[in-house]
Amino acid sequence: MARQPTGPPPAPAVQRLRIKYAKRGRLRFTSHRDFQRAFERALRRAQVPMAYSAGFSPHPKISYAGAAPTGAASEAEYLEIAVTSRCDPATLARALDSALPVGLDVLEVVEAATPDLAGRLQASVWEIRLPDVSDQAITAAVIAFLAAESVEVERLTKHGMRVFDARGAVLALSVTPAPEQAAEPDSSAACAILHVVVRHTTPAVRPDDVLAGLRRVADLAPPTPALVVRLAQGPLDVQGGAVTDPLTPDRDAAATAGAAEPTRAGSAAT
Amino acid sequence: MPVESLFSRLEPLLPLVSKPIQYVGGELNSVSKDWDSADVRWCLMYPDAYEVGLPNQGVQILYEILNERPGVLAERTYAVWPDLERLLREHRIPQFTVDSHRPVGAFDLLGVSFATELGYTNMLTALDLAGIPLAAADRTDDHPIVIAGGHAAFNPEPIAAFVDAAVLGDGEQVVLAITEVVREWKAEGRPDGRDEVLRRLAASGGVYVPRFYDVDYLPDGRIKRVVPNRVGVPWRVSKHTVMDLDRWPYPGKALGPLAETVHERFSVEIFRGCTRGCRFCQAGMITRPVRERSVSTIGEMVQRGIADTGFEEVGLLSLSSADHSEIGEITKGLADRYEGTNTSLSLPSTRVDAFNIDLANELTRNGRRSGLTFAPEGGSERLRKVINKMVSEDDLIRTVTAAYSQGWRQVKLYFMCGLPTETDEDVLAIADLARRVIQTGRMVTGQRDIRCTVSIGGFVPKPHTPFQWAAQLDHVTTDARLAKLRDAIRSDRAYGKAIGIRYHDGKPGIIEGLLSRGDRRVGAVIEQVWRDGGRFDGWSEHFSYDRWLAAAERALAGTPVDVDWYTIRQREYAEVLPWDHLDAGLDRDWLWEDWRDALSEVEVDDCRWTPCFDCGVCPQLGTEIQVGPTGRKLLPLTPVGAGGAGAH
Repeated sequence: MARQPTGPPPAPAVQRLRIKYAKRGRLRFTSHRDFQRAFERALRRAQVPMAYSAGFSPHPKISYAGAAPTGAASEAEYLEIAVTSRCDPATLARALDSALPVGLDVLEVVEAATPDLAGRLQASVWEIRLPDVSDQAITAAVIAFLAAESVEVERLTKHGMRVFDARGAVLALSVTPAPEQAAEPDSSAACAILHVVVRHTTPAVRPDDVLAGLRRVADLAPPTPALVVRLAQGPLDVQGGAVTDPLTPDRDAAATAGAAEPTRAGSAAT
Repeated sequence: MPVESLFSRLEPLLPLVSKPIQYVGGELNSVSKDWDSADVRWCLMYPDAYEVGLPNQGVQILYEILNERPGVLAERTYAVWPDLERLLREHRIPQFTVDSHRPVGAFDLLGVSFATELGYTNMLTALDLAGIPLAAADRTDDHPIVIAGGHAAFNPEPIAAFVDAAVLGDGEQVVLAITEVVREWKAEGRPDGRDEVLRRLAASGGVYVPRFYDVDYLPDGRIKRVVPNRVGVPWRVSKHTVMDLDRWPYPGKALGPLAETVHERFSVEIFRGCTRGCRFCQAGMITRPVRERSVSTIGEMVQRGIADTGFEEVGLLSLSSADHSEIGEITKGLADRYEGTNTSLSLPSTRVDAFNIDLANELTRNGRRSGLTFAPEGGSERLRKVINKMVSEDDLIRTVTAAYSQGWRQVKLYFMCGLPTETDEDVLAIADLARRVIQTGRMVTGQRDIRCTVSIGGFVPKPHTPFQWAAQLDHVTTDARLAKLRDAIRSDRAYGKAIGIRYHDGKPGIIEGLLSRGDRRVGAVIEQVWRDGGRFDGWSEHFSYDRWLAAAERALAGTPVDVDWYTIRQREYAEVLPWDHLDAGLDRDWLWEDWRDALSEVEVDDCRWTPCFDCGVCPQLGTEIQVGPTGRKLLPLTPVGAGGAGAH
């Protein structure tokens, strides 16, 4: 029989909370592992009553979903935590945000009232800024990419070099005029801006893969590394092709519960 | 004169390098002060990768002390990996600090902390990337004053040509004294330039400025003498000793990095110095006397540190942590305080004879139970007498018996190979010891899943120790001896599978030996190996023995000395050692006697609990042993797990 630690079992989880956070500026270079460490420490600094797993190496109960790659900024990252005593989401959001370094910013906390947050993260909207790339070059590349049936790219994964299609998962790809360019008299500061909507697939098609695809179809080779930001991720509205807010069902449930139990709103301030 | 951040130029390169997070700064508790309102600006460097350098206590202590002072600014820089070095050169971006990404060349002072000699080539990379001439003699008033510190600075002669100054011992007070000298000199309008500020530092008696000392050699290659070449410069420069660690509770605001580092914990130094008298141990010799931090200060530092950083492990640091006079109260008090919070305690260095199971149980009460580690250092009782590591085999067996009976399954044992007077039999005794450990474990637990890992490091004789005169064992013999030990363990059918063995080949130790006991002539070897591509010599994947040997052959051509001369040659009493003019407080004759005692297998006790053995440190430096017990208790706090911002 496996040995068990002595002592009482860990306290049970009584509430799950979903957290939306951003990875900004120079902290976009945090890898997912780096973020996990920083986040676990922030939980401790903010004295969040975390639920822990049982066993010899207890771990705080945190579920991460669809983390942006190292080097990509994001305005829409999600995770879920379990706590052993009830927490007010707004208070928790403030406490956690101040416990995290500037650049890892908590945007919203909602109580989990519905199952399967990860399953709702079906697609992402990315903004890709390509310094020193002209409008003509990018437009031509985008047209070629969209015209292709499939665009094979390769990437080194932990299972070795993989070849996969980067085209199929791309639901939309467009060139956005850079507004600051008009105001900027220095015409050498060209910067092409792409908006891309990507469906989450396995293997995931990342902004890098889209750029590799553009290189493949149109030989687009940006001289400077791209600046990538995830603007949103969530359920895919099949008709409009829009990516919607994955926390809406939880927010709706909280509002309904709040209407049914008016006393809850008062206790949220403590 | 404004100094611009280099970050916007660096940023486009970061996606192209491995682990870019190590270059962006932004650590919890890091500081970015206004450049223009500072009178004195320090750049502190740990000359290894960020993941090794960031947790370094010395750098964190000085960083905080300096930044607390008005008008003083301190930032940090670390060695960049070769991938970024190449890009920095290509894009002509200089070495930068991680705090505000300012160019290292713009600071007044560059302090480099050498825990080991293997960082020397990384300092050269940083100087070169910073646009600072490698040779101190080539620097102008516009370049930072480069100061070496850390344990390796107790013999800075091999890097004498590259540093403007070196400081021995505890940095807390002297770093402020240096700051004042520089501040005054700047306020006066930098009279007589660089030479004058260095003269003032040297004249203060606490800073070694190599250029003010001439080294003469005998025809056979030994040093004839080392003499000051300036009026007002002392013949000998002494180490610094901070008395009363309670008055210096640093680091108070530990840095919380985003990048993963080698020590993911909040560390508190519970005492400094060690008088156990292990003859191989440079740290123990050069940090005397023992100065304990009190239970209450330790408690306050841990409380603040954990609350501040969110680490889930507390490291209670020292050279032999179980020797603190109130270690039981410290560990029990902290375990009580953090009950139920998954906060674990660790004692990185514990002696077998100072360890007990109550202590071990307190250490793991709130956290994870990993293996136990002990360092008998020598395989045989005879050899342990030579090195004065007075730990008996029975002590060890008693301790592991208790550990196994309390549920531990894994014991790690550290040894050295190549100690003076060592024979094959001494090293093979390691196998016997490990066998007895497994045998005991199986007997006590009635189970077979008992492990013992044996780690063996090559012994390198160090300056300011009784073994400073000893011949280092050549790498061929070292390797042969380790191979015999490995075969003895592997061929043991009853126990071999339960014993793990870890060791490195003897070659890196020879280079470490060259750098440890080298003189100024070794500087040319360091520069040559760096020009040949030598970087990160502490990393086996970057270290190249052949490159070092080739560099030494070139750089030492025409001299009567070579690598063997520096390493495997025994020195005699009368020989002038390169560091004899640097004073660690130890009486040279006492060291020599201790060396003779070692050869006769005579042990010496610890002066904390026996009368003074006249090592010389206390009278020479005006210091004294500071140990408890204080009788103070750790006050219970509100249990950390309850209440708090997130709770409802």
